[in-house]
Amino acid sequence: MTTPISFILNGDELFHEVKDHWTLLHLLREEMGLIGTKEGCGNGECGACTVIVDGLAVNACLYLAVDLDGKRLETIEGLAGSDGTLHPIQQSFVDEGGIQCGFCSPGMIMSSKALLDQNPTAGHEDIKHALAGNICRCTGYVQILESVEAARDRLSEQAGGRNE
Amino acid sequence: MNNINPDTNQEFCVIGKRIPKLDAAQKAMGRAEYIQDIRLPGMLYGKILYSKFAHARIVKIDISRAKALSGVHAVLIGEDVPDKMRMGFYKDNPPIKKGKVCSFRDEVAAVAATTPEIAKKALGLIEIEYEELPAIFDPEKAMEKDAPIIHEMHKSNVLNLPWHLDYGDVEKAEKASAFVVEERFTTQWVTHCCLGTSGAIALFDAKSNLTIHTNTQIPSLAQKDFLESLKAMGLKNKRVRVIKPIIGGGFGSKLDTYAYEHIAILLAHAVRKPVKILFDRAEEFKATSTRQPTVIYIKQGCDKTGKLTFRDMRMVLDNGAYTSWGATTPSVMMMPITSLYRVDNVRYDAKCVYTNNTYAQAMRGYGNPQATFAIESTLDMLAEKAGIDRVEIRRINKNHPGDTTPQGFKITSCGLSECIDAVQKQIPMDGPKEKGIGTGIASLIHVGGGARIYKSDGCGAILKMDDYGKVDIFTGGTDMGQGLDNITAQIVAEELGLFVEDINVVHSDTDVCPWDVGAHASRSTFVAGNAALGAAKKVKETLLAYGSKLLNVLPEDLVLRKRMIFSAKDPEKTMPIDKLLRKAHFSPQGKMLMADFFYDPDNENMGKDFKGNLSVTYAFGAHGVRVHVDEETGKVKVLDYVAAHDVGRAINPLLLEGQVYGGVVMGLGYALTEEVILKDGETMNANFRDYKLFTAKDAIRIKAPVVETYDEFGPFGAKGIGEPGCVPTAPAIANAVYDAVGVRITDLPITPEKVLAALKKKKG
Ligand code: FES
Ligand code: FES
Repeated sequence: MTTPISFILNGDELFHEVKDHWTLLHLLREEMGLIGTKEGCGNGECGACTVIVDGLAVNACLYLAVDLDGKRLETIEGLAGSDGTLHPIQQSFVDEGGIQCGFCSPGMIMSSKALLDQNPTAGHEDIKHALAGNICRCTGYVQILESVEAARDRLSEQAGGRNE
Repeated sequence: MNNINPDTNQEFCVIGKRIPKLDAAQKAMGRAEYIQDIRLPGMLYGKILYSKFAHARIVKIDISRAKALSGVHAVLIGEDVPDKMRMGFYKDNPPIKKGKVCSFRDEVAAVAATTPEIAKKALGLIEIEYEELPAIFDPEKAMEKDAPIIHEMHKSNVLNLPWHLDYGDVEKAEKASAFVVEERFTTQWVTHCCLGTSGAIALFDAKSNLTIHTNTQIPSLAQKDFLESLKAMGLKNKRVRVIKPIIGGGFGSKLDTYAYEHIAILLAHAVRKPVKILFDRAEEFKATSTRQPTVIYIKQGCDKTGKLTFRDMRMVLDNGAYTSWGATTPSVMMMPITSLYRVDNVRYDAKCVYTNNTYAQAMRGYGNPQATFAIESTLDMLAEKAGIDRVEIRRINKNHPGDTTPQGFKITSCGLSECIDAVQKQIPMDGPKEKGIGTGIASLIHVGGGARIYKSDGCGAILKMDDYGKVDIFTGGTDMGQGLDNITAQIVAEELGLFVEDINVVHSDTDVCPWDVGAHASRSTFVAGNAALGAAKKVKETLLAYGSKLLNVLPEDLVLRKRMIFSAKDPEKTMPIDKLLRKAHFSPQGKMLMADFFYDPDNENMGKDFKGNLSVTYAFGAHGVRVHVDEETGKVKVLDYVAAHDVGRAINPLLLEGQVYGGVVMGLGYALTEEVILKDGETMNANFRDYKLFTAKDAIRIKAPVVETYDEFGPFGAKGIGEPGCVPTAPAIANAVYDAVGVRITDLPITPEKVLAALKKKKG
C-alpha cells in the first residue's frame, strides 16, 4: 500500500508516495537521499535520528512517514543559511567542542533547536532534560551542554539585537 | 600555561589554541559521510546469520531455499571459505564457521541480495541442524582439567601466551613488609557502543583488485589482513585499497579486522559487485567485541613508612571463543603493574582462557583500566591498614622524572606530583566528613609516546605546498573523531608560519597515505604529530634556503610567521610565503616544495622478560571524585569530578578537554552502570535501554586541569591523551564509595544492588 502525502520540508512544499510501513527515517535517508539524519539504533533509544515535526523533536526512526501528511518538517539540512552560514546552534557546537565523531551531532542539534525554539531561556537543567534521549559516546556531554548554553546566549543576543 | 615556542622565543600562533575540529562544520550540517551514507552503483547488501548455540556441532545446512529467493545473488557457508582465511593474531577464527560453532556470535552463513530486506528474509530460509555440545562460560572453570575443550586443535582452553614477569624478589619483600593487603577483583564485559555501527563495502575491479570502504582504526594493518585473505582466496599479487570513511566512534573497537569485513570481501568476489554489510544496533552489541573481563588476585605491601615493597598480581582473562588483539592486553597491563608508583619487587601472571562467550578485543585503555582498578583500590586498603593518609601514600610512592622502572621504562617527563596537587586543590580529601559523602583518588600511568606492540610503531607523512601558500599533508594517522586532523594541521601550520585554514589533511586512504600502525595506544598526537613535524621541518628548510637567496638574509635569521617570511633582525626584509613559493616554482630549474618523513619512535620491543622501554614517554594523571551514596537505595551519585593529566603540552586545549571528558564519562559508565549481560553466552541486553550508558541527564561538570611538562621528544612537547581519561575512574569511584559508607566493592560495575548487599553484610 502506498499513500500520497504532502508536507513542508525545511520550508519547501513536497509531495511523496510513501509505503505505509516506511518510517520517516527511511523516507529521508533511503528514498530522498537526505543523509544528515542518522540512524544509531532504529529503536527510539539514541536520538541520532531526531528531526522536528510541527515544532516538536521526534525520533524519525519511530515516526511513520504517512503521519507526516500536512505537517511541517525540519531536518539538519535546513538549518544553515542559504549563504552557507551555520545556524547559531551549529556554530556553537563547532566552537565549543560539542562535536567529535559527529554521529550524534545532527540529532543533538535538532533536539537543542526544538528546545530553544520553545524555551529561549532554557537553563542548564532544562537542557540536560531535553537532551536526555540523545546518546553521545564521545564527548561525555560536557562540551555539548556548553554548546547549547552558548547557542542560547547567541540566539538571545541576536533576538535582543533585532528588538532594539 | 606557557605558550612560548622554545625555538623562537616567540608566542605560538596556532599551537596551544582552542581551534575547533576542522570537520566539525561539515558534521554539524549533516554533510559528513559515514559508511551508513555511502551507496555505490549496483551495490548489493550482505547479511550474516549467527549461531543459535554457544557450542554445537553443525550437522546439516540447507541453503537451497535461500538461494532460490528472487533477489538473492549469493549464499555462503563455512565450506565456501578458504581454509587459510583466518582472523586474529592467533589465526583461530574463520569468518564463517564450518562444522562447529563456539559462541552465539559465530557466523554460520552470509547472503548478498539486492535489498537488505531480501537479504534478511533469505537468512530466515537457511536451515541448520545443530547438535549441542557442553559449553563453558566461566574462565576459571574452563581452566580445570575436565572442562570441555573449545578448540580441539589446542589441548587446553588456556592460550599459550607468555604473560609472566617476576622482578626483584617478591616473596622476600613480602616477608619484610610491615603491612600487606590481599584482595580479589572482578571486572565485567563492557562494549564500545560507537554511535555509528560497524560496516564495510567491498568491491573488486575487473582485475580482481580490491577496494574496501571500512570502519577501521588501522588502515595499513587492515590492508595486510585483507591481502592475506585475497591470497587465501587464490588472488595473489593483487592490490588492496582501504578507505576509511568518517567513523562514528572508535575507542579501540576497530583495531582488528572482523568477520563482516572478510565476508563482504567473499561476497563481493562471489557476485563481482560492490557488497555492503552494515550492522544494526542489536548486531553491534552481539557481534562486536568487548573489553576483557578479568578475575584479578592482588597482593601489595609497604614498609612502616608507607613505601611500597612489592606488588604481586595474577589474572584470568576471559578470552571468549576466539582470539583478537584483546589477548595481548596483559602486555599493557604490565605497565601499571610494574610502573605505577615506585615498586621494586613485582610479579605478574596472566592467563587468557577460551570460553564459549563473545570474544574480547581492544578498548580504550587496553587493559590498563582493569589493572589500575585493582592496584588503586588496594592502595587505599594498604594506606588504611598502615594508618597513612591516602593522598600521602601516593606522594610517598610517586614516580619521578629520570626514574627507570623495574620493567625498564624510562620516565622522561612526569607530572604525577602536580596532578595529585591539582586534584587535592579541587577536591580536598581531608575535610570534615558528611554522612553519605565520600572522596576518592586514583592515579594512572599510560604510554604517551607510542607503544611498540607491533614490529614498527611508525607513521609516515607526505607534505606538498602549492603556488598559493597552501599545504596538503597526507598522513598515515587516522582521525576517528578525536581530532588528529587538527593536531596535524596545527603542527604543520606552526612550523611553516601558516594558518590552520591553509592546511588540508588527507588521511585514511591507503592509495595515497603512507603507512601507519594505527590509531591506538594514545599514539597519534605523538607519532603522527612527529611525522607531520618531520615533513614540515624538511620543507621549511627549503623555504628558508630560497628565502635566504631572495631576501639576502642568513637562513637562521629568517622567520616564518602569519603567511610571511621575514628577517628577525630586519623585518623590512620580508615577502609573503606564497610569493616565495611561486618564485621557487617559476624560475630556472624550478622547484615545487614537497617532503616526506617517516617517524618511528625510539621505543623498544619488550624482551623475553618483558623488559624494555615500551614508549618514548609516559603520560601520568590523577583523578579525584566526590560522591554521595544513598544508604537506602545503594545509588552512587557523582557530585564533583576532577581529572588532572600530564599531557606534555596541550596542542589544542579544546580537543584535549574533549578527550578527557569523554574518557572520564566512559570510565564512569565502566565504574557504575555499564555491563554486557551474557547468560550462558547469550547477550541479554543488546540495546540502549538495557545497556546503561550515561546520558545528558547524568552529565556532570568535570574539571580537567592540565599539567604541562614539555616532553623533550613530543611534537612541541606533547604526549598522548586519548585513553588516560578512562583509566583511573573506576578505582577513584570505588575508593570514594568506601570513604562514604565503608564498603569496598571489588566487582565492577558498582551497582546499587552490590552497594546495598555490601552494606547489609557490613551491618551483619
Ligand atoms: S535511530 Fe532513532 S532513536 Fe536511535
Ligand atoms: S560526537 Fe561521537 S557520539 Fe557524539
